[in-house]
Amino acid sequence: MYNFSYQKVSSIADAVDAIQKAEDGKFVAGGQTMLPTMKHRLASPSDVIDLGGIDELKGISVDGDTVTIGAMTTHAEVAASSDVQGAIPALANLAGNIGDPAVRNRGTLGGSIANNDPAADYPAAVIGLGATVKTNKREISGDEFFTGMFETALEDDEVITAVLFPKADASAYMKFENPASRYAIVGVFVASSGGAVKVGVTGATACAHRGMRLEEALNGNFTADAVDGVEIPIEKMNSDIHASAEYRAHLVKVMTKRAVEACS
Amino acid sequence: MNVNGESISGEVEDRMLLVEFLREHLRLTGTHVGCDTSQCGACVVHVNGVSVKSCTTLAVQAEGGDVTTIEGLAINGELHPMQQAFKDNHGLQCGFCTPGMVMSAIDIVNRNGSDVDEATVRKELEGNICRCTGYHNIVKAVHAGAKNMGG
Repeated sequence: MYNFSYQKVSSIADAVDAIQKAEDGKFVAGGQTMLPTMKHRLASPSDVIDLGGIDELKGISVDGDTVTIGAMTTHAEVAASSDVQGAIPALANLAGNIGDPAVRNRGTLGGSIANNDPAADYPAAVIGLGATVKTNKREISGDEFFTGMFETALEDDEVITAVLFPKADASAYMKFENPASRYAIVGVFVASSGGAVKVGVTGATACAHRGMRLEEALNGNFTADAVDGVEIPIEKMNSDIHASAEYRAHLVKVMTKRAVEACS
Repeated sequence: MNVNGESISGEVEDRMLLVEFLREHLRLTGTHVGCDTSQCGACVVHVNGVSVKSCTTLAVQAEGGDVTTIEGLAINGELHPMQQAFKDNHGLQCGFCTPGMVMSAIDIVNRNGSDVDEATVRKELEGNICRCTGYHNIVKAVHAGAKNMGG
C-alpha cells in the first residue's frame, strides 16, 4: 500500500480539523474494507484519520421505540447486545452474519454505511427500518443517505455519529450470500410497523434501495404469496460473475418471501 | 504494545500492517499471510482478547494493546489445550492455516463456552480457510480443545 500519514483522534472536533487540513484525507472506522482497498492500491489517501479513539461514537442505547447505535460500534457488539436482540432481533441477526468473527470484531456500523458497498448488509436495515443517520452536522433519513455505488449524502468532513433505528412490530433480514465473502448477492430487509411495510433491498443494484413495488404488494396483504405477482425490473440489476441480472431479480423475490415468512 | 506478555516498542511506518510488524520486526513468523483479501484467516491473532485479522489492522492501531499470537499460547513448552487437540485429532495437514485456526478456535470457545455445538463451530470458522483437511478433523479438534479448555 502507498504510504500515508496516520492520525488517531479523540474527539469529533479533532477529526473534522484533521480532515480539513489534509490534502486528501479519509476517515477510517473499523478498516475492514478500507485497508484491503488501500492494500490493493485502489485508494491512496494522503491522511488516514482513525475514529477509533472517539468514545462518544461507541455504544448502544434504547429509548422508547428507538434503538440508537453509535457509529463506531462493532458488528460483534451489535450482534451480542441484549438490547438490540430484544428490541430488533433481525438487526442483531444481520450484524452477526456480516463477514466472519474476526471481521465483526473490528468492522463498524458507521464504516459499513459510509462505505456503502452495493452488497453490504447494514444499508438494507437502515432503509427497511426507516432509520435516521445522525452526523456531526445534521440528521439524514435512510432513504436519502445512500445515493449511488459507494456514494452517500455525506460531505467530506462529515462524521456519522449514530444511527437511530425505530423498533418494528416484526422484521426479518434474509440474504443469499456469497459463500467466500458472506457479502449479500441479494439481501432483503422487511419490516412491518402499524400495518405499514417497508422493504430494503441490497446487493441487487448500484446501492441499497427501497423495494417500492414489493411494499405496494405487501401493504394490506403481508404474506409471502403477495410477492408472487410483483414484477422486478432487471434493467438496473447488477450482473457479474456471482449472479446475472435475471437471477438477482429472481432472488429479490425469493429473499422477500423468506423474510415475510420469518416475520410471522 | 504488549505481545505475548512482553512489552514491545518499535518505530514503524504508518502503513505497516500488524502482521508485518509481528513477522518482520518481532520475527514471530507463526502468524501467516495467506491472502490479500482478508478472507483466509491465516493471520488471525488476538488483540485485547478478541480475534482480529492482523493483515487488516495497522500496527499503529494496536499501539498500547495486548496482542497474543500463536507463539504466546504454550506455557513452558507445554502446548495450549487447543494446540494439543489439533495435534491429537490430526486437525492439520500442511499446517499453513493452523495458527489462524487455533487462534480463531480459542476465540470461538471464549465466546460460546466449552460445550459449543458443531454447527456453531463450522459457522464461526467461516473466516478461516483450509485447503487440505476438508475441515472435518479441524471441527473435531475444536471440540476436543474446547472440552480441555473448559476442564
